[in-house]
Amino acid sequence: MTAIIRPALSLLAGFTLLLGVAVPLAFTGVAQLLMPGAANGSLVLREGRPVGSALVGQAFTGQEWFQPRPSATLADGEAAAYNAMAGAASNLGPSSAALLQAIEGRVAGLGGGPVPADAATASASGLDPHVSPENAARQVARIAAARGLPAPRVAALVAEMTEGRELGIFGAPRVNVLALNLRLAALR
Amino acid sequence: MTWQGWEQVALVLLAAVLAAIPLGRLMLPMARGDGGALAALERPLFAACGIDPAQAQSWRGYALAMLAFNAGGFLLLYALLRLQGMLPLNPQGFDGLPPALAFNTAVSFVTNTNWQAYSGEAAMSHLSQMAGLAVQNFLSAATGIALAFAVMRAFAGGGLRRLGNFWVDVTRATLWLLLPLSILLGLGFVALGIPQTLAGSVELTTLEGARQTIPLGPAAFQVAIKHLGTNGGGFFGANSAHPLEGPNALATGLQIWAQIVIPFALCLTFGHLAGAPRQGRVLLGVMLGFLLAGTAVVYAVEAGGNPLHLAAGLDPALGNMEGKELRFGLPLTALFTATTTGASCGAVNAMLDSLMPLGGMVPLFLIQLGEVLPGGVGSGLYGMLLFALLAVFVAGLMVGRTPEYLGKKVQAREVKLAMLAVLVLPLAILGFTAVSLVLPAATASIQDAGPHGLTEMLYAFSSAAGNNGSAFGGLTADTPWLDVTLGIAMLAGRFAYVVPVMAIAGSLAAKPRLAEGPGTLPTGGLLFGGLLAGVILILGGLQFLPALALGPLAEHFSLLAGKTF
Repeated sequence: MTAIIRPALSLLAGFTLLLGVAVPLAFTGVAQLLMPGAANGSLVLREGRPVGSALVGQAFTGQEWFQPRPSATLADGEAAAYNAMAGAASNLGPSSAALLQAIEGRVAGLGGGPVPADAATASASGLDPHVSPENAARQVARIAAARGLPAPRVAALVAEMTEGRELGIFGAPRVNVLALNLRLAALR
Repeated sequence: MTWQGWEQVALVLLAAVLAAIPLGRLMLPMARGDGGALAALERPLFAACGIDPAQAQSWRGYALAMLAFNAGGFLLLYALLRLQGMLPLNPQGFDGLPPALAFNTAVSFVTNTNWQAYSGEAAMSHLSQMAGLAVQNFLSAATGIALAFAVMRAFAGGGLRRLGNFWVDVTRATLWLLLPLSILLGLGFVALGIPQTLAGSVELTTLEGARQTIPLGPAAFQVAIKHLGTNGGGFFGANSAHPLEGPNALATGLQIWAQIVIPFALCLTFGHLAGAPRQGRVLLGVMLGFLLAGTAVVYAVEAGGNPLHLAAGLDPALGNMEGKELRFGLPLTALFTATTTGASCGAVNAMLDSLMPLGGMVPLFLIQLGEVLPGGVGSGLYGMLLFALLAVFVAGLMVGRTPEYLGKKVQAREVKLAMLAVLVLPLAILGFTAVSLVLPAATASIQDAGPHGLTEMLYAFSSAAGNNGSAFGGLTADTPWLDVTLGIAMLAGRFAYVVPVMAIAGSLAAKPRLAEGPGTLPTGGLLFGGLLAGVILILGGLQFLPALALGPLAEHFSLLAGKTF
């Protein structure tokens, strides 16, 4: 029996120290040294203070801001959009009456269809930082009116902030809402 | 579907195949049991652990060592999870896990399932993630690879009484394969935006003046092994869909690559070891065929959108976007979904529960087919070889000859054991699902009404028994009933499956390898590939058809008729 127990326990102990403590700590050190921005959540600074993460979506509710996709995240069991500490989806199935009702409500809130699909559906994480270029374009008139800006200027900003596919190949065209709103805040 | 979309799918799969070719060769010495130049480095470690690398084990000895190693790993992880509240590296101050959840989680990570009834950022200390979960990510993957090496040797050699040394195989797979690849991949993930820090979270004030807390942690390194080891347990609750775990399409593409590259490479290693590279390529070809078919269905169905939602006013251009992230695009979402379930990984970059009925049926069916397409690291290969034995047996029945595979006569004992292993999955999946669908304590966990609710329960037990770990997330999984029964299903899917496999290996190893005769069915070509695919579909899939008819198929037709639940 010791022929089995001893190797089992000593390998487990050794691997736990190596793979669970030594290597991850050293790896953390290297990552912090080489890529401190990315290793710490890709925070976006404004006047020296973090206002968000470039990767994580956040709620914008005012009419004068570009608004992100609907979010299904909760806080203490209550709806709380873009709660980054509890990323979550609706997980409602395709034939769910509750989902259909939610989508109908969002479409009505956006002034009727057709609306870009991302504008009326919740993402997988509830923290999607992007909207589709069509979704952003649809918000231009509202924002221009709320801010007293000429609509073409806002539309030009959307076009400028639209990102193409990564390496020209992978993913989808999209607009980062936080980055767009930061530029919007600087417009006058 | 667009050509541009298929280009993305093709490039990722091509990158995996191209990397698998050299990797398959690199693993060959390890599969032979040859330490090579690194043997000198291992010697002091083996001496300290009381391991004699020259002493090979019989199939029983090998299996016993594997079981002891995994039992020890389970106990250690269980203790760590229960006690995390009193241990260091717990910046968020999380309490220890309750017993049922700790049992479920420890079983889940030891069996390479990585089913998660908890949400990482809301329950796990950094110590539990690093020294508990991530360590088992390595060791459960290395266990699978070691078992695959032992089974390969049984096929490749003739007149063998011993299959190698489990301790040596598991150590080499960890130190010389998984660890270096994880470090490289992990650094790539940090560069793409996955955090790696000991800080717990950061609080900030948004442009609108609201507070937002961003979760952080030592994620990148753990995410690397999560994919390379086909574990799939997310650092964050939303898994690879979380913007800090799947920050962009490049990261998601790299994760797809990582979760199939080792299973692909092991097929080629097997071919080289058996001295018949074509045999390995056939297995890989069958896997690729199923993955492409699965991807095509998910891609087409999701791109078509949900007719109910389109009628409610959604523009059809983006397809069904509920539960999906915009940045990945549909093609890589579909490929991720097919590979993560074909490969027994279980990570997700979109929420499977919100896929269209047929889109959600693909991951479910890929799991039910036995997790061999390409399956988990190691476990996929030995599962595939089991189907290969059954395929030659079926062919042998048709022509009335004793079947052979790689010159080994496949006889009653092997076929009985193979069927025993293959039956574990339907027993655990259908048995537990059936019981859970009539127990009020279990049905209370179901979120969606109608056929979709049945699919949620069926998916949970398929995922657990198949050691996959992905979920239809609407199901409330952290209840005493589900924690315990899903835990049992995971144990059965891993260990009740692999012990018969090892017994087959022991029996085949002892047989001589016969030369090919004129009546031998060639197993290195297209004909056998087709036969193997058919056997996987019929023996692996057919028994699930009635359950699928009640779940996703019923939902598909009722949705077409405009019915909601």
